Amino acid sequence: MTHRSVFKNRISLLGKALKAAFPITLPVLAGYLVLGFGFGLLLNSKGYGPQWALLMCLLTYSGSMQYAACDLLASGASLISCAVITLIINARHLFYGLSLLTRYKNMGKAKPYLMFGLTDETFSLTVSNDVPNGQSPRYFYFAITLLDQIYWIIGGLIGNIFGTLVPLNTKGVDFSMTALFIVIVLSNLLKKKTRLSSVIGLACAMICLVIFGPENFLIPSMVVRAVVLIAARPLITKVIGDEREDAADPAPVSNKEEARCDAD
Amino acid sequence: MPINTTHSLLIIAVIAVVTFLTRALPFLIFHGDKPLPKLLVYLGRVLSGATMGMLLVYCFRNTTVTTWPFALPEIIATAVVVGTYLWKKNILISVGLGTALYMVLVQVVFK
Repeated sequence: MTHRSVFKNRISLLGKALKAAFPITLPVLAGYLVLGFGFGLLLNSKGYGPQWALLMCLLTYSGSMQYAACDLLASGASLISCAVITLIINARHLFYGLSLLTRYKNMGKAKPYLMFGLTDETFSLTVSNDVPNGQSPRYFYFAITLLDQIYWIIGGLIGNIFGTLVPLNTKGVDFSMTALFIVIVLSNLLKKKTRLSSVIGLACAMICLVIFGPENFLIPSMVVRAVVLIAARPLITKVIGDEREDAADPAPVSNKEEARCDAD
Repeated sequence: MPINTTHSLLIIAVIAVVTFLTRALPFLIFHGDKPLPKLLVYLGRVLSGATMGMLLVYCFRNTTVTTWPFALPEIIATAVVVGTYLWKKNILISVGLGTALYMVLVQVVFK
């Protein structure tokens, strides 16, 4: 094949993959437009225009972290504390990667982008959808990831531009991040598998907040939480069930991690 | 913009790099052939839930209950977020309504 026909072939494969992936990504389309809008608005309220929203959606592409980033930018946080907070908020992604090791094998040149774009929502779509017949897995997963990021960018831009155009008293808009975490924790509390770990996380953090105060409690609570989770492992495993029970789930998820449909 | 462009760009760069690392590290360290250490599998199941609980407390870290308005806007808005979520099970409705209500509370009701 000539270079030209290779290129044409790739474009047609990507087109097919986008068509197959689009209906699957519709729930994320709705979610990302709204959450992205909230992020764009929040960022705008801190004095950062659309070019900043675009930059962050392009380079960071992480929902809850971008909400937290608005706070970090506004308070002029040090780079070290930015790194620590990012690590705390996004450490869960380490485990998404672990459950996708086999699925994302042989992804070739698409792999760096697939790793980059592994948000909560993209992860849950990837683990809960099998590659349709006749589709190349590489192109299919790439299409899901790409579409999701495009929705996120559009949402962020619209929200930010809206904030510029409509003179709005944005005092209190920061609560959107709190509300997002309330919903995530609540939905985790409602599920048997995540109930106990959520309670442990809440309790450790509250105790450390009282002891260490609002500026310094995150790192101690991370350590305490890890110690408690590891020390109580036999008990917790007993309560939440063995991971083999996860595997026996009738859901079409062939993974140890359950498919999360929570907001990022 | 409360801080200068360079500092802002650096903050965004740090966040972007650390985020990418958390997503890429498992692929760089492990390869799909060997079974994972059991402790890692266990942590993978419990850490995410615990982190979200911790971050929720982080969101409320500067809320004071001892002085006026005694965290009333937070309490009322939280109740609405929880209530609507239990009722409709829709993230976007709860986040949207809760935020809008909170804004009204801090801007108009509890000035």
